[in-house]
Amino acid sequence: MSTSRRGFLAAAGAAAAQDLAHAQDHGHGHDHQVVPSDATLRVKSIESLLVEKGLVDRAALDALVDTYEHKIGPRNGARVVARAWVDAAYKNRLLTNGSSAIAELGYTGLQGEHMVVVENTPKVHNMIVCTLCSCYPWPVLGLPPVWYKSAPYRSRSVIDPRGVLREFGLELPEDVEVRVWDSTAEVRYLVLPERPAGSQNLSEEALAALVTRDAMVGVAKVALSQTGDRA
Amino acid sequence: MNGVHDMGGMHGMGPVEDEKNEPVFHARWEGRVFALRRAMGAWGKWNLEATRHEVELVPATDYLRMNYYQRQFAAFIELMVKKGLITRAEAESGKGERGSPKVVPALTVARTQTLVTQGVPASRNVAVAPRFQPGQRVHTRNINPTGHTRLPRYARGKAGTIDRDHGVYVFPDTNAHFLGEKPQHLYSVRFTARELWGEQASPRDSVYIDMWDDYLEHA
Repeated sequence: MSTSRRGFLAAAGAAAAQDLAHAQDHGHGHDHQVVPSDATLRVKSIESLLVEKGLVDRAALDALVDTYEHKIGPRNGARVVARAWVDAAYKNRLLTNGSSAIAELGYTGLQGEHMVVVENTPKVHNMIVCTLCSCYPWPVLGLPPVWYKSAPYRSRSVIDPRGVLREFGLELPEDVEVRVWDSTAEVRYLVLPERPAGSQNLSEEALAALVTRDAMVGVAKVALSQTGDRA
Repeated sequence: MNGVHDMGGMHGMGPVEDEKNEPVFHARWEGRVFALRRAMGAWGKWNLEATRHEVELVPATDYLRMNYYQRQFAAFIELMVKKGLITRAEAESGKGERGSPKVVPALTVARTQTLVTQGVPASRNVAVAPRFQPGQRVHTRNINPTGHTRLPRYARGKAGTIDRDHGVYVFPDTNAHFLGEKPQHLYSVRFTARELWGEQASPRDSVYIDMWDDYLEHA
């Protein structure tokens, strides 16, 4: 490794340590910095360099950010789940060929090119992780939350899934089989949660409003009282 | 490589902390890093596996201290320098060197939606025979390559069962190093929790891991 690379990493690491100290000082993550952080300046500097050289188009960057901030998110996956709950033939297609069944609802593309859907039942509970990086099914869930990308979740979900689920408030009985799916390849997994009891009279749209991101990663169940995704 | 990124089964990382009402990006620069990586990827100078490996090369102490986008940003700059898209001096100064040519961006707004909705499939439509069938017992190889691999340490030298055959996919261990795609069958392999973690694990639980033919041996 070159000295300049070390220098860059040291600077980036120092900035990370500052951010951490900031978060610890305040005990919360709100944004009230007056002085731009080192990361802000460095990223701006690289962006303007790449624009100057003609390597990137700022409008394309804006479009990408807008797409993942506003257009693609867990509401997509919730519609897939609700459809499977009300349409047995669709559910069958979804569990047999996840990619094409999800594409029927218009959700395709980056980090969802090869989809497999796994079904939770009263006796089987599935949960998804990527221990090696942070692979996640973007077209149906959007970009992953910080906890999914964090060392605690990546390290522990394979060795202690029940302990991790307990921290999410989900205590599973001993006789339930836990299946953890480690996304080591380009296949992306989505959990089809159990339809909550007492939801027989709800419309497909009302059902979709119950489905949370966490339930589709497999760290929560869908509850009848839940109203929409908190993320 | 046996890096800190390969953290399945490690202890000491603390509790999982859920953030309520979490934004997609926690700062504007995170979104810019996300978009810049996609836009520069359109130049075709690297592949997905190479970008992952570059993140693995971030030194362990930095890797653990940095957040996700800080690691991505550090690795992104390294890749651009290695592939000659920018120079080290340009990365440091943020200014193009005198006489450096101005090109036309590879990723236009029009092409953005195509990229997002079509993605970059990793499957390959080539006739390669599978070495294993669903239901078959297999052993994972005990390999410790210094380069890129997607065979996690916690699953090396273990016995499992082929759950399903996903089809033919690019092999990351070669592709990350630009040594070819080496397409081969990819399977979901089921390992009992007790095979991976011993008697302390639940007798009912299991971990399913995606594995290529080259990671597997006949049991």
